[in-house]
Amino acid sequence: MKPVLLWTDGVVLALLLALIWYARSVAKTPHLASTWRQAFRRPLGSAAATVLALFAIVGLLDCLHFREALPLAPGEERAWSPETLSALDAVLSHLRANHETTYSRPLALFGYEKQTITLADGRFERNYPRLLHAGTTLTGSGEALQEQWRKDVTRRSLFGLVAGALVLAALTLLAAFWHGLRMHSAAEAPRSALAAAVRAIARGQTSLPVRAVLITLGIVCLTAGPVISLSMQYHVFGTDRIGNDLLYRVLKSIRTALVIGTMTTLVTLPLSVGLGLVAGFVRGWIDEVIQYLYTVINSIPYVLLIAAAILLLIVFIDAHPDAFPTSAQRTDARLFFLCVILGLSSWTDLCRLVRGEVLKLRELDFVQAAQAFGVSDQRIMRVHLLPNVMHVVLINVVIRFSELVLAEATLSYVGVGVDPAMASFGTLINTARLELGRDPVIWWTLASAFAFLFALVLSANYFADAVRDAFDPRAARLGGR
Amino acid sequence: MMTYIVRRAGYTVAVLFGVNLLTFVLFFAVNTPDDQARLQLGRRVTAEAIERWKAEHGYDRPLFFNSAATGAARLTDTVFFNTSRRAMNFDFGRTNEGVNIGEEIRQRVVPSLLIGAQVFVLAIGAAVLLALGLALFRATNLDAVGVALLVAMMSISTLFYIIVGQFVVGRVLQLAPVSGFAPGSRAEAFLVLPIIVLVLSYLGPEARLFRTIFLEELGKDYVRTARAKGLSEWLVMGRHVLRNSLIPIVTSSGTLLPAVITSTIVTETFFAIPGLGNFTIEGITQQDFGIVRAMVFVGSVLYVLSYLIVDLVYTMVDPRIRLH
Repeated sequence: MKPVLLWTDGVVLALLLALIWYARSVAKTPHLASTWRQAFRRPLGSAAATVLALFAIVGLLDCLHFREALPLAPGEERAWSPETLSALDAVLSHLRANHETTYSRPLALFGYEKQTITLADGRFERNYPRLLHAGTTLTGSGEALQEQWRKDVTRRSLFGLVAGALVLAALTLLAAFWHGLRMHSAAEAPRSALAAAVRAIARGQTSLPVRAVLITLGIVCLTAGPVISLSMQYHVFGTDRIGNDLLYRVLKSIRTALVIGTMTTLVTLPLSVGLGLVAGFVRGWIDEVIQYLYTVINSIPYVLLIAAAILLLIVFIDAHPDAFPTSAQRTDARLFFLCVILGLSSWTDLCRLVRGEVLKLRELDFVQAAQAFGVSDQRIMRVHLLPNVMHVVLINVVIRFSELVLAEATLSYVGVGVDPAMASFGTLINTARLELGRDPVIWWTLASAFAFLFALVLSANYFADAVRDAFDPRAARLGGR
Repeated sequence: MMTYIVRRAGYTVAVLFGVNLLTFVLFFAVNTPDDQARLQLGRRVTAEAIERWKAEHGYDRPLFFNSAATGAARLTDTVFFNTSRRAMNFDFGRTNEGVNIGEEIRQRVVPSLLIGAQVFVLAIGAAVLLALGLALFRATNLDAVGVALLVAMMSISTLFYIIVGQFVVGRVLQLAPVSGFAPGSRAEAFLVLPIIVLVLSYLGPEARLFRTIFLEELGKDYVRTARAKGLSEWLVMGRHVLRNSLIPIVTSSGTLLPAVITSTIVTETFFAIPGLGNFTIEGITQQDFGIVRAMVFVGSVLYVLSYLIVDLVYTMVDPRIRLH
């Protein structure tokens, strides 16, 4: 096994480190810590953060790439498989390997289309083919098979539900322990402390909304349980045109969405914050130039700007095939540049906001005092202004996340998004569109892409609301955008 | 007022010049005319064929500065000056297939504008009404459910609205044609579905924003005075709050206008409407730089004009604004 660090993997891991560093610095700064606690104190905010964290875990697993060693013949040099896999692929190896020939319905035993099947006695028959990797333990045929299938699916679902419930119970117990530890001194009897903690959680009397988090986790456990248990023998979400398991493809799409949602803002931050600070603080002709720059960029419809840039990128990648030896590197390079281009065409909004905020701040006493003391401009911007515009930046970053995830879907549809070979919600929806026109309707691609994309964006939106309300109390009072 | 408009128009021209420069750098400096020729003619072509292709398209001169020429021609006898001068006259040359791009744009602008204008007006109208309703029932369960629904609507990709709309209205109910376009009086039948879909997709974010605006306005002193006079809640909302909320509504509508232009680009291809958006997508898929570059320019003109209009409307709505 040879680890592979794709460009976007590197960025994501760096981002994770930065996030940890930020969390530590928040913990050390009392007022920031209390504001963040405010965001998590809202049940909806905590629940949304839980869902986002689960998505992030899937995405992070999908960022640990490696290439497997090829079986070694004696005297041969060690060689690596051309296929780049990720830790998520390893976890889902049974889903990845179970190819069918073409479409099949969710949980189906038989294919979607009639095919010519060779019978045991050598004759041919036009019928729905039995799927290769669905319900392989069922041996009956006709009505008996249907009956077996019904029983098997029920049994597996129930098993999954029970397993999910057990996990949930374990989590609840863990939460109660944690809460009991926080709330009660060690002198109290441990049994009654635990019972009191469980009661407090059930009544929603905890300082952080443990109940909301547990309900969210409960919903996830009770749906994931049956899905996991069924996926061992069936294609829970059906298969796509070339017989790939859709559950696998949807899970693979999560990484793409997360990378676009986070990396793009990361690219914009130095530009938008830096230029916004300088424009607002220094003013004069520099301010004019920066304003002109962002008006110009803002004047180009972003889809077109991105289309133009991606077109150039495709030509570039085609012209330099040796720079990207594996197909994973090629698709990854395109994703990387898509983020950069998206970022370069969208830093303007935040820049304008930061500039406006700095214009207000620079007239305040503490900045004037710093200037009177002879503090250098650079230092004023870094020490006095930057921390005070961070809340604007933060709110903007979380709000933009969901917009960017949705934008990816649109761009991929137009053909200027990620590489068509890369799993993403955009490419899934794009194929789903034509499938809806078939008869009988192939609805499962659209449905599974919709379910995951909706869950991701909805929780991102609710989390953004909670963060904004915590950091911008004026908006919280109004209870709206 | 007049000096303001003149100044504003001057700035608009400056911005358009910047857009032109930026797209030129993107299309010619990053991807040189030689690359484009090779893209069109194939990888194995002779140097003469490339030169001929460049001469045909007028790309056989230096990009920015012609050191071989004398006087003003040093700057004017360049690719940049010539393409810019023609772009300002909306002459964008021909596509790779030999169609006149400017002519094509003139024909295709009609359906695009029809969609864009109607979506803009209807989306704002519907959002204002919805937000007004939610503001009337503020701090009740109805309001909470309404806001939750709006957030859910915001979280759905426009693509879903389009695909499901086409499927339900077009195929299952067969109320409107799924796609296609006919000019003249029958156009509306083809435009109904895309317009409804786009309005729906804007309803979430816009209605939520407008609701906040109304609530902010409701907290002000004059509202209390109006209530103290004994005016009914309907009158307070309709006569006082709505009017005073117009200023922030106009401002935020200004930011919606470019978004509408962008999303019509995507929507047109879904519904096979021969508008500007469809033309752009064709250009992208055929890797036709001429089309894409022309569309970036036209799109920017539309953007800049819409900003200009919003600014002017802004001054009409709010008499307090002094222009300078």
